[in-house]
Amino acid sequence: MKIFQIVLFVFLIVCAISVSFSKNLLNSIIIFMSYSLIMSIIWILLESPDLAITEAAVGAGITSILFFVTLKKIHAMVEIEKDEDKEEKE
Amino acid sequence: MSRLLSEQEYRKTKAFKIKRWYRGEKDPYLGTVELKPQTPFQEDVETAKQRTHDEAMVRRMIYDIEHNKKLAVFRRLYRIVSVFFVFVLLGILLYIVSYLPPTGNAANPDNNEVAAKYIEDGMKDTGAVNIVTGMILDYRAFDTLGESNVLFTATCAVFILLRLDAKSKKKEEEENDRLYEPKNDVIVQKVAFFLVPMIIIFGIYVILNGHLSPGGGFSGGAIIGSALILYVNAFGFQKIERFFTQKTYKWICFAALLFYCLAKTYSFYCGAHHLETGIPLGTPGAILSSGLILPLNICVGLVVACTMYAFYAMFRKGGF
Repeated sequence: MKIFQIVLFVFLIVCAISVSFSKNLLNSIIIFMSYSLIMSIIWILLESPDLAITEAAVGAGITSILFFVTLKKIHAMVEIEKDEDKEEKE
Repeated sequence: MSRLLSEQEYRKTKAFKIKRWYRGEKDPYLGTVELKPQTPFQEDVETAKQRTHDEAMVRRMIYDIEHNKKLAVFRRLYRIVSVFFVFVLLGILLYIVSYLPPTGNAANPDNNEVAAKYIEDGMKDTGAVNIVTGMILDYRAFDTLGESNVLFTATCAVFILLRLDAKSKKKEEEENDRLYEPKNDVIVQKVAFFLVPMIIIFGIYVILNGHLSPGGGFSGGAIIGSALILYVNAFGFQKIERFFTQKTYKWICFAALLFYCLAKTYSFYCGAHHLETGIPLGTPGAILSSGLILPLNICVGLVVACTMYAFYAMFRKGGF
């Protein structure tokens, strides 16, 4: 269990650092989502299941959905779609 | 009309002008203060050339590190000072952290009689098996009321910022891609058809068992809100507007917050005056127990679920 916890903590730190270093906004949101999921598992290991449920529902679920919608609203996801179109044509 | 002044003199007075403006016969600003359309900026070739040349010169001179000694010194100094600043800050923080009491020490300031009281008398006082819910909805119910109100206020702010008028909606829809929604994705619709009821039932379970098992109003509400968002994504806004509109949101939030306020005011008033509240605590472990916690959980859950959905709808569509 100790090793599992250490692996999770390392993963958490890697996620937290890579969120700010990722250049693609979509990628950083997905990394942020995985950060929340790991955090919720850590909450369970720390014996606070109340927080774990809230973290999974709010942190991993709704916050990232709102981020996605915001990205779409500010047209930050348009370029990706265009690139995909180009690739399909080629 | 005035009786003292003649028609000509009366027309010069301010009272006449104000009256005229009030009746709407003449707009005093019409013709005097008016916005004129801007003439498009045009630049002749000579000045444009000069400008680009100047810009290029300035850029070359500023970023010319080999000849501009000042810039080279500044860049090096900037790097050194920034690294120095970060390390000083790090040192200060680490120095202060070393003063924090060690974890798990019995003499820590957080190991006071409050925590002991909550753990020992929690079940007797609140009737909730889950101590956390007993804490946040009974001992610290005022905090939770503040949280629910913060959510409501946040929705109001998002409303002010993102709401679209009915007039400008048409134009916006032509430009926007959400006109083509829902995309009628068969996979998403089939999955949502099976998942949405289950997620909503799980959310209701989490809310109703808030005082027995982990969970409570906030997490359950978030689960229901995410189910509503999934439903919208699969079937579109037209279908959800059959049962959930802005009016529904308004009344649910209003009723839940009002009930929370009244119920907690009553129990606080009785508690402060050492009166019997008359609310039975029930047997701990039963679903209908622990007094006011169950209805308050339902209230918080409703507010949170509606708020989460309202955020999504506001961001996506600018109103719902």
